[in-house]
Amino acid sequence: MQKDYFKDISEIKDLMNRSSRFISLSGLSGILAGCYALIGAAVAYLYFLPPAINIDYSSTKEIKVNYIILDLILVATFSIVTAIILTMKKAKSNQEKIWDATTQRLLLNFMVPLAAGGVYILIQAYQNHFGLSAALMLIFYGLALVNASKFTIGNVQFLGYAEIILGLICAAFPGYGLYFWALGFGVLHIVYGTLMYRAEKKQ
Amino acid sequence: MSIIDNINKLFDHRIRLGIMSILMVNEKVNFKRLKELLEVTDGNLASHIKALEKAEYIIVEKSFIDRKPNTQYMATKLGRAEFKKHIEALENIIKKQMN
Repeated sequence: MQKDYFKDISEIKDLMNRSSRFISLSGLSGILAGCYALIGAAVAYLYFLPPAINIDYSSTKEIKVNYIILDLILVATFSIVTAIILTMKKAKSNQEKIWDATTQRLLLNFMVPLAAGGVYILIQAYQNHFGLSAALMLIFYGLALVNASKFTIGNVQFLGYAEIILGLICAAFPGYGLYFWALGFGVLHIVYGTLMYRAEKKQ
Repeated sequence: MSIIDNINKLFDHRIRLGIMSILMVNEKVNFKRLKELLEVTDGNLASHIKALEKAEYIIVEKSFIDRKPNTQYMATKLGRAEFKKHIEALENIIKKQMN
């Protein structure tokens, strides 16, 4: 009974966390991703999309699909590159390894729903069905976050649930996809990123 | 019977307890990763793995990746049950100490 069993318990907890969870997501990358999304949405609104009221989903003439896809790819690329750079910086200062089995599992779990959704949306878009693209992006992105949240410390799942709910509401209001998209990918990211950033500062 | 009876002797060691903790939350873990997480030497880790393997708390799965051997470890049903029992025993001891 001399042994300190408290130490055992805390060691178990520490090992379980370190071996199964990725702890280096940076709040700032969320804020920046939100900003890129808002810029992307503004560009699409100004140049590639007709006003919401006039959208006729059966005709493609007014919607420049390829430009919108390019716009989306740019937003995603900037967000991912920012996230990688900031996460690497944070991992370095915390002296954590960034590329290990945990990270790989996190990414795999994140990418599966996201890739399935992305390909589905592209197939639909090339068949001239864009009506639910924004809703589907929000829903699949939310599912990807919820799925990946098991491997991170923090509250990513709540962002995921929020995106899913927003996506479902978006599906109920056809024609307003862009606004919901900007709300989900822009505003929610900024809000979530800010909360995370403040929590990081406190530590 | 005192509560100390449920303390598993096999888990009464930092490294063996560590191996089991990692395998409780990860389906499969390879040797290199265990070494990295536990910060131990090859020989030290190998001997503790042997002990857990002998008790059938973990199983070894050997395969090759690019012709290099890749050995992975998994917790067995028995190992998981014993680990849970051990944790409960630890909890009980701590509760007793608090009172």
